[in-house]
Amino acid sequence: MALNVVATTKPIPEPDEASQPFFDGARAGKLMLMRCAECGEFRMPARMHCDACLATATEWVEASGRGTVRTFGVMHQKYHAGFLEETPYNLAVVELEEGPRLVTNIVETANAAIAVGMPVTVAFTDYEDVSLPKFRPA
Amino acid sequence: MAHPMRGATAITGLGMTPMGRIFGKSATELAADAVKLAIADAGLRKDQIDGLLTNAGVTNAIGLNMQNYLGMKDLRLLNHMNAAGSTAAQMVQYAALAINAGMANHVVCVFADNPLSGGSGSGAAYAGAARAPGRPKGMAGLYTAAGYFGANTGYALAARRHMALYGTTQDQLGIIAVGQRAWATKSPIAQMRQPITLEDYHNSRWIIEPLHLLDCCLVSNGAVAVIVSSATAAKSMPQPPAYIWGMGQGHPGDPQRAGWDQETETGGNLAGKTAYAMAGVGPADVSQCQLYDCYTYTVLVTLEDYGFCGKGEGGPFVEDGKLGPGGALPTNTGGGELSGYYMWGMTPLSEAIIQTRGQGGERQAKNDVVLCTGNGGTLAYHGALILSPHAT
Repeated sequence: MALNVVATTKPIPEPDEASQPFFDGARAGKLMLMRCAECGEFRMPARMHCDACLATATEWVEASGRGTVRTFGVMHQKYHAGFLEETPYNLAVVELEEGPRLVTNIVETANAAIAVGMPVTVAFTDYEDVSLPKFRPA
Repeated sequence: MAHPMRGATAITGLGMTPMGRIFGKSATELAADAVKLAIADAGLRKDQIDGLLTNAGVTNAIGLNMQNYLGMKDLRLLNHMNAAGSTAAQMVQYAALAINAGMANHVVCVFADNPLSGGSGSGAAYAGAARAPGRPKGMAGLYTAAGYFGANTGYALAARRHMALYGTTQDQLGIIAVGQRAWATKSPIAQMRQPITLEDYHNSRWIIEPLHLLDCCLVSNGAVAVIVSSATAAKSMPQPPAYIWGMGQGHPGDPQRAGWDQETETGGNLAGKTAYAMAGVGPADVSQCQLYDCYTYTVLVTLEDYGFCGKGEGGPFVEDGKLGPGGALPTNTGGGELSGYYMWGMTPLSEAIIQTRGQGGERQAKNDVVLCTGNGGTLAYHGALILSPHAT
């Protein structure tokens, strides 16, 4: 799949051992979630123990990519140089259809058009060595 | 039958350093100043203190070593505590329990912080991950990649959700800010003493929508110490005792998935139920509130969760200005963290002690039952105290 790499000075994460499948999936355009192999509860973020049953067995599943905006804000404060050009920028908590929540940004729409409860779908942004899930109006 | 902890202990000492843009002292030195003031206020000698609980602010600059800095020999109780903004209330709770169990006589609880340095703004002091070097690791890094920085972000997200679910308005948040500033004009120790109007509130710059600058607390350097003693001892000590009638905690948890809703339904509910039951009172009996108010929204949601109105009704509840001077429910009478001073949970606790003693001067309100709350994290950790000037 062709990448459209965006140059940035934002603080972009790098994978750690627990999250490697998440980042591998994102690079391939798939939103991957860690799930408990014993009770089926999702783990967010990826980690050793299930917070429902404390089991350590895991599996990774591809999420639908569909969710709703649980809440959002529009940042005006200039905290980090990597965001200056786009300030004020939105950030949002998206609750996935499967239940887990992701902190993300809503793309391909104006900040003023974002609303709590709005249906959204995943749209990956490709940075130099990782891709991250963002969401656009469904 | 009354709960055995109701009125068993009291707050007998209060020490407050100058607070705000106070430079030239380390957090340890500020803490020692506050402890010295509290011991004198309680009419004690240092060697009568046999318990020490410490809590550091964002600079995390004081700890167990305060014992040695203060030269406290043979303490019977010592801990460095951290439940964020709920720690102040919690320190008093653990002190009261230990005293009632015979483990200590007089416990000093101290908070100190000095995040401000000359030339830097308040925002820089709480920028959090924005100042972290290197790349963030793993999925936790999704926060910074999205531009989630500092406490302002979490509270803006929580406030937005409340506004969307319940129709809470910007005006209603603003009325809280205006009311607390009106109280601050009556307090000689408040940092912000110029009155503000609702128009000033709306004209204050956005930090992160839906929070204006005037929705956000101050940042202060300083220290506050309080002393907890048995009610029996308190009766022969110099200050009017602030009897501890009720105590409670509530920590709802948030594994970041559907079904967990602490942004709008906080642990204040659980903390309040426990504290009210111990005190044998309910919200209708509360004379005044000293609520943790890192943001205007925190006040609004705290009022709901402690039962002053129904869930989602906080906006209409505060709209008539009942929290401000002359209102039906005097709240954050020293200006709170928004306009008074930001000493984490020591802000509501110190004003609760001043008010319970009847030492509020121009801002003194009715004080038979004083509710004091702490909140930490993003509405994650909650501690409550119910204080009274009455022993029983």
